Amino acid sequence: MSTDTKQVVTEEKPVEEKPVEEKPAAKPAAKPVELPAFEKSISDKVVEKFGDKIQVEFVKENRVGIKVNRENVHDVAEFIRDGLNYDHVESVSGVDYPQDKEIEVVYHIGSYSDSSLAKQILVLATRAQREENPIPGKDATKLPTLRDIFYSVEFHEREVFEMFGVYFTGHPDNRRLLLPEDWADLPPLRKDFAIKGR
Amino acid sequence: MLKDLVTPENANVFIGKLGDILEKAIDKPLGYAINWGRIWSLWPVHIETACCSVEFGAASSPRYDVERFGIIEAFGSLRQCDLIVVQGTITRKMAPRLRLVYDQMPEPKYVIAMGACAITGGLYFDSYNVLPGIDGVLPVDVYVPGCPPRPETLIQGCILLQEKIKRMKARKFV
Amino acid sequence: MTNELPPGLAIQKVDERIMTLNVGPQHPGSGHMRIIVQIDGDYIVACDPDPGYVHRGEEKMAEYRNYITNIPHLERPVIHDSCNVLYPYVLGVEELLGIEVPERAKYVRVICSELNRCIYIMYWLAIYGIFLGHSTMFMWPAGDRELLIDLMEKISGARVTHAHFVPGGVRNDLPPNFEEVCLRQVNYFEKRIKEYAAVFYDNPILISRTENTGVLSREDAIRLGTTGSVLRASGVDYDLRIKEPYDVYEELDVHSPVMKEGDSYARSKIPWLDMLESCNIIKQALQKMPKSGSVRVKLKPNPKGKGLDSVYKRVESGRGSLGCHIVSDGKVEPYRLKLSVGSFRNLIALPYLLKGEKLGNMPSVYWSLNYWPVEADR
Ligand code: SF4
Repeated sequence: MSTDTKQVVTEEKPVEEKPVEEKPAAKPAAKPVELPAFEKSISDKVVEKFGDKIQVEFVKENRVGIKVNRENVHDVAEFIRDGLNYDHVESVSGVDYPQDKEIEVVYHIGSYSDSSLAKQILVLATRAQREENPIPGKDATKLPTLRDIFYSVEFHEREVFEMFGVYFTGHPDNRRLLLPEDWADLPPLRKDFAIKGR
Repeated sequence: MLKDLVTPENANVFIGKLGDILEKAIDKPLGYAINWGRIWSLWPVHIETACCSVEFGAASSPRYDVERFGIIEAFGSLRQCDLIVVQGTITRKMAPRLRLVYDQMPEPKYVIAMGACAITGGLYFDSYNVLPGIDGVLPVDVYVPGCPPRPETLIQGCILLQEKIKRMKARKFV
Repeated sequence: MTNELPPGLAIQKVDERIMTLNVGPQHPGSGHMRIIVQIDGDYIVACDPDPGYVHRGEEKMAEYRNYITNIPHLERPVIHDSCNVLYPYVLGVEELLGIEVPERAKYVRVICSELNRCIYIMYWLAIYGIFLGHSTMFMWPAGDRELLIDLMEKISGARVTHAHFVPGGVRNDLPPNFEEVCLRQVNYFEKRIKEYAAVFYDNPILISRTENTGVLSREDAIRLGTTGSVLRASGVDYDLRIKEPYDVYEELDVHSPVMKEGDSYARSKIPWLDMLESCNIIKQALQKMPKSGSVRVKLKPNPKGKGLDSVYKRVESGRGSLGCHIVSDGKVEPYRLKLSVGSFRNLIALPYLLKGEKLGNMPSVYWSLNYWPVEADR
């Protein structure tokens, strides 16, 4: 757990000093494009609630990207559901970053019940620690599950578990889904797993 | 005369020889009849393995209507089938099941490998979960290339199989 | 390696009274997957779908191929809906590269996509029909489907795997005279599918078999994150062609059908209504399409993204919303590509719908989910 916290600190340091507003504005600085207002209001709401615990990655048309570290992902997701009216997760994708020693898990969250949010996708990204020699389920590559908040992540998280070896603590059914039962290699979507002849 | 020839010692040999002679005599016409019957009742197992099954389905649609050739009659039970059309990619999870299905079928049985995936792995030649062709799993009789093969190609493959069966021995002698 | 299984991979214990049945993968009612059902007498008490029999590692292989060679790959999950399954990828790559598509290409894309939607739904309907033991409903859609396949063959040259959409437009222009042929075929097609109501949808046997089986309430449909016809059959009006219009759907008049019941009957009727709507859209698009003009922006060979970037694009496919998440790191290959497909998202509803149903209703409930296993497994 000690390595765990160290990781987070190093990760958060560079973005701590009031970058929350700056980051999205900095990107389109070359050509002065107005940030879409409605999307901005959504990201502002999250920033207002959580302050510097989160980091706004991008604000594009219809997409708001938020980055959280793994301690807060559960709370932020809860706020997204209760405070912002998002109600289902469309996709959960893992992205492996071997050079950062981290695996990013990206939730694409949408809303059916709130018609003003119908276009919007909230991209919630969080990172888990990555081990060189993974033992799926037993090493430190763990994240809290969001299944109790968004029920629809159930199969998606099972998929991320087998494809990346990210164990979701609290998920009741972390079994294999797509891979063969006797799969004993690395989780296949990690970058260090090479396919035949490549 | 026959009585003199047959002694209790050589009875078995003699009867076996007689059987051979008889079989040789009627093998051709009988074999022809058996094979003729087999040609017109090639019933495939209903096992879909990947996307080629779309064109397999299209082949039994009214436009192509393979059943007029007496070949692909839909939905037999596994124990009454004698043809297995491998419709595309065989993954590592599917391969043991495919073999299990094949082993449960009664003799004689024929295999058609449909699609590039079933022949060599096709587009998925470097995937981590796909077998490079099904030759390691099943003995294939006819290969039908294409990705996916058009229904006409499948029909031609079935007709080739019929030709092949005509030339095969109907019975195996012991 | 120890013999001990990691948490979660351990085998679950089952009640002794309850019988476990494996349906599939060799089973007429299951397609390319296995459904493990536990039955008590004739009633299903639990159901555990076991997909993955066609898992071919598309997402991994996409990381080894450049943006253009990925095109034929990414349509393989649903070859009979190949334009729609490629659509979000193409839109995403266009956004990554910052390409603007010519107006005519957008219309051609919409026409192709709607034709493909019909082709997909007709195949699904044929399968649904045969699994309910309704042979006419296999023959009719399987035959009428060929009409539209002919049209797509005229456009792209292939029966099912078109690979017609490319970043920057479509591969080829429409063939000469296409508009008239298309209009004629689509009109005939529309007339044909209206006849299905008499044979299938108003058929009392079908109604008694599918009504009130596998009811999914509106709340559950939202909570489970279902999509497409499953969602719209439960009374949620959500169609990306209207809610988040891509390409030229804004300029067209789209009404997507919604039903309130949420049972198998509603779920099987929505796709049929969808097809009628598709015919409508095709006719509108043919009318509004610019009569000439370029259909493709030529790209430089081996296009690259601009540094670390990610997009998430989605379209409404035959099975519901289909999203494509592309992460690029400025190389010629995507860094990570994820398809979020309707079939996979709808699969989560299966255990809910089957609980408490009779085993005999399983095929009708399962196929009404508009599920295509190859897509779900990727
Ligand atoms: S040959 Fe082509 S169509 Fe057939 S299973 Fe392989 S990828 Fe699919």
